[in-house]
Parts: sequence; structure tokens; C-alpha cells
Amino acid sequence: MNYAASAHPDITAKLPGWRATALFVALLLGMAGLLGRGVYLQGIHDDFLQEKGNARYSRVIEVSAHRGMITDRNGEPLAVSTPVESAWASPADVEADSRQIKQLAQILGMGTDEVKKHLFDASRDFVYLKRHLPPDQAGKVASLNLPGISLQREYRRFYPAGEEAAQMLGFTGQDDNGQEGLELALQERLGGKSGSQRVIKDRRGHIVEDAGSLHAPKPGSDVVLSLDRNVQHLAYRELESAVRQHYAKAGAVVVLDARSGEVLALANYPAYNPNNRGKVSSQAMRNRAIADLFEPGSTMKPFTVATAIEQGKVHPETVINTENGVYTVGGKKIHDSHPESMLTVAQVIQKSSNVGAAKIALSMEPETLWRSLSDSGFGAQTGSNFPGEAPGKLRAAKTWKPIEQATMSYGHGISVNLLQLARAYTIFANDGELKSVSMLKLDSTTIGKKVFSDSTAHALRGMLELAVQAGGTAPLAQVAGYRVAGKTGTAHKLENGHYINRYVASFVGFAPVSNPRLIVAVMIDEPGNGQYYGGLVAAPVFSKVAGAALRALNVPNDAPLDNVIAPTADIVAEEV
Amino acid sequence: MLRNSGILNALLLAAVVMCALSVVTSQHKARKLFIKLQNGKEQAQQMDVEWGQLQLEQSTWATPARVEKIAAQQLQMQLPKNGQVQFIRVEPDGRANRQP
Repeated sequence: MNYAASAHPDITAKLPGWRATALFVALLLGMAGLLGRGVYLQGIHDDFLQEKGNARYSRVIEVSAHRGMITDRNGEPLAVSTPVESAWASPADVEADSRQIKQLAQILGMGTDEVKKHLFDASRDFVYLKRHLPPDQAGKVASLNLPGISLQREYRRFYPAGEEAAQMLGFTGQDDNGQEGLELALQERLGGKSGSQRVIKDRRGHIVEDAGSLHAPKPGSDVVLSLDRNVQHLAYRELESAVRQHYAKAGAVVVLDARSGEVLALANYPAYNPNNRGKVSSQAMRNRAIADLFEPGSTMKPFTVATAIEQGKVHPETVINTENGVYTVGGKKIHDSHPESMLTVAQVIQKSSNVGAAKIALSMEPETLWRSLSDSGFGAQTGSNFPGEAPGKLRAAKTWKPIEQATMSYGHGISVNLLQLARAYTIFANDGELKSVSMLKLDSTTIGKKVFSDSTAHALRGMLELAVQAGGTAPLAQVAGYRVAGKTGTAHKLENGHYINRYVASFVGFAPVSNPRLIVAVMIDEPGNGQYYGGLVAAPVFSKVAGAALRALNVPNDAPLDNVIAPTADIVAEEV
Repeated sequence: MLRNSGILNALLLAAVVMCALSVVTSQHKARKLFIKLQNGKEQAQQMDVEWGQLQLEQSTWATPARVEKIAAQQLQMQLPKNGQVQFIRVEPDGRANRQP
């Protein structure tokens, strides 16, 4: 039916005028809305769409930067980061038949059931099958090409020197940040900062264009330590055998380059293997040479005597009345285990007389002795910047009572760490100059602080050489082919402020005397085999380490090879 | 005048088309080169990793403890005793001087 035809021709369509206007306005508003939205999306709020667009082709990828290497002074690696693969599974996506699972278990060296348990653990989205795989295993896992099982690249740090330098180097945590030792101290230099880069990828995931890097990656720099791996090995080997032989609790050895103050070796025992830490006791982790304090005992005597010579109070041939081995100061008795009536100053060092040292100390103002000990680096940080370094204790001179001044002269009532003690001996090895210690290889020689005059330092060298010869406290410290000098120390340990009958045996010495190259300090904690004198326990370690190290470093001999005199039956014992 | 502008337009059109094509080819070349660069970088990194691993391996084989053990046990080496060592000191003028 035709409506137009049926409409009455006479009636003109009379629509109200407002309808057209309303429609026009509505269309106009609609257009304005669309325009506004368009401007908003294109001009003002454009990042959202831009992002969506970029997401189609542009990706931000992480550019990893690895941690720097630590090497010894000859470039031998001591800590190296190398990428390893960790195998992980996403249980929801795993598709593997039992034959494939068996293969996988074989490659990973795990039980089939264990692998199955991990693979079908529906409660988790991500499960590590095995972390830090060797490269060949990782390659085999990848070649299986199982869906849902992937490899993830992680960095792992390896320490080729193993336990020998464990406490010195420390270790890194899972995130490759230093946690202990030099790894922590040198974190700033070693740590790499991974960067990110914006790239354009094609449909198949290939990077086709570099769209500019957001952050450039900064790989960590390599660090060259002052350590010598061979000397470190020798020190650790001899220390280990001495600690075992004497059933001691622990021990430490420090070897310094006498001219520059560089640390050539720093060994501790007990130790741990940093490549396979598992459960490590905090005892094994301690760097005792730096973090532990002990009363040095007689190894302090040379500083007392040197101060007195420097002040002109005595000279090496001055005779001291040593009172037949007993001397009373402020109501307290000081003993010598080898009573003598008269000793020269040189013999006080040679025979390690407490009475002699006390008398020499009491001839000086407390302030003078304090100044000289403080100048020798006691009671202060060594400058090694090693984390957890204990600075030691040297009380202010004003608080000293006479008896304290007397005992301080032979190393009681003062506490030091072994590195500090070794460093202090650079004074005698270097014409009176105290060198600062360095754990990093130095390119130029350093100028130390002059503490004693040349002549005083030379006089002390002579006395310390006497101490290792027949009639001294440490003939066992002698080295075939080299002249050596040094001082023993034996001290009671302190427990809750009281001296107990357990000991720290120590020896600090240098060689060759004609032109000192090495300073070796040995500390044996609680030797338990009946022997506890520094001359019996620590001096042989010095002899072995110094002898082997001098040969390893090609230092020319300054004595004939038959210079070692078999020690007389009684080695002069020292009072402790 | 009209004919001249027609020729000019044709020339310009040809130039525009040539430019457009060369943009496409150079972009393609750039991408190819970039992929090459990327491969090269990847290879460099791979080699870097291998270098680290070889260094590790070398230093593990050369641990003083291992060298010492082999020298002493397999090769029966030992330190020379007193009489077995002779020192030869070379003087500054090049003369060798035997020391006792």
C-alpha cells in the first residue's frame, strides 16, 4: 500500500520548527564531542595511545653488566663472575612424557621422582629445577626442547683460590652484591649497573633497530689486589699445618711487602670454601688478622726500647739491673722466666726480659711512650678499609698508673690486631718510617711517616736479629740463606677482664735483614699441645713462610745456606 | 612556459620517486647492518663469557696446591739441599761471579 498516495494532497505537512533546530543542535553537539575527544586523545592525553602503538613493535630490553674481576698482583684471577644457567619450569605448561622426564632427571643428576614432583607441582607457577648448572648440562637441557622448561641466565662468582683467601675476599650474595670481605669493601668499584635499551623487534622477535638506550649499562671494573697468590698459598699451607700440629683454636698470618706496606698474603685458619658455602660457621668466616684483637705481649718490647733510645735515655749497650728476675712496681711483681742480674738493652730484647722492658719504660714520661706507640699506629685503624676492622685499644697516657706503664712496655694492657702489629714493624724494616698498609696493588712507592731516626731503627734491627740467634727466644725462626730478625710474643688471653691460662703465641719478623723485603706476622690462638711460647709455636711458621716466600719472590740470599744453627736444647723462654 | 613547467614537474616527480625508493633501500640496508651488529655483539659477549670460563679453568688447573702435589708426588721433585745450590752473581759489567 502506498502511503504517499493515500495521504491527503490538500493537507500540507506542517512540522513544528523547533524539531529541525533541535536536531541541528544535537548533531552539532555530537560533532563537538567527537572533535573534543579527538583533540584530547591526539594532543593532551596522547601517551596512552602512543604506548599501545609502541607495544606492537618496540621493546625495552635489559642489558646486563657483570661484576668486575678480582685478581692478584700478577693478574691471576681470585674472583670471577661467569654466567651460569638455572633450569626452571612452569608446571602449568609442562608437556613431557615419562621417557623425557627420565632423560631430564639424568641430565640434572636428580631422581626421577624428585623431578616429577617439581614438574607437576600445580600449586606453583614457577619452580627452580636446579640452579647454577655447568655449561654442558645447560646445553643438554636446552636441546631436549621441552615445553614449559626453560633456562635462566644468572651470574655466579667463582673463587679459584678457594679457602686459602676466603676471609680476605669475602663473598657475594644471590644478587651479586658484596656481603663480606673485600667484595663488600670494593662493592662500589666491582659492582656493575645493568642498563636498559629500547629496541624495535620484528614479527619473529628479531631486533631490527636500536631506538636509543635508556640507561647505558656500566660493567664493574676489575680490581688488582696487592695479594700474591703464591705467597698466600704458602702462608695458608704453613698456618694450617701449625694450627693442626699444636691443636690450636685458630691462627692467622700476615705477609707485608716491607718497602711499600702492601699486603702480600693474609691467611686465616679455620677457613671455608667460598665456592661451596653451604653451612659456614661464623668462626670460619672471621678474618682474625683484622677483626680480632689480642694482647701482643713481648712483640711490643722493641717499641718501648726504640722510644727510650730515641729519647737518649739508653743506648744498646747500656746495662740494666734486671733484679734477678723479680721487680715490684706499685705492689705488683713483674717476673722474668729467665732470671738474670744484669742485661744490656740489646739483651733485654734478645732474651725478652720483662723486668728490663719495664725499667726502660718507667724511665720515660707516660706521655712520651704513648706518643711513640700512637705514632707507630697502635690504637688506630690501619687504613686497610677492611669491613669490621677492630682498631685496638691504647688508653690515654693520663690514665696510666706506673704498673700499667710497666706492663704496657711488654705488651699487656694494650690490644692490637695482627695487621696493625705487622704494619708497626715496617718502622724497623724501613729506617724508622711507618708505611700505610694497602690491599690494592700500588704503582708507586709510598712515603711513610717517620717515627724513629735511621740510627734507632738500625739499632733495633740488630737487636731483633740477636733474638733469632742462639741465646735468643726464637732460634726456630731462622731461615736458610737469609738473615732474619724478629720478636716473639706470648700472652695470656683475657676473659671477662681476667687473665686465664690460655695463650696467644705470636711472632713478628722481617727478612732479609740486609735489605728487608718481607714482614711476616704469625698469631696462633690457644695452642693446646702443652707448648705455647711464641718461640716454639709461631716462630717455625715464620721461618717456613718467610723462607718459601723469599725463594718464590727470587730475593737474593744475604747469608750462606748453612747459616741455620740447630737450636740449643733450651730455647730462652719468655715470661708471659 | 607551460611546456617548460610540465617538464620540470615530470623531472621533480621522477626525483621524488627516486628519493622515496632510496629511503626504502637505505632503511633496509640499515636494518640488515644492525642485525649484523647485533650478531657481532652477541658473539663478542659469548666470547667474553668463554674467556672468563677459560681463565677460571686455567687458574683451577694451576692452583699452587695442585702444582705442588704433582711436583712432589708424581715428578719426585724436592727443594735443593745445602750443598746443591750455587749462586752466580752477575756484576754490573756483565761478568758472572761465583759466590760461595
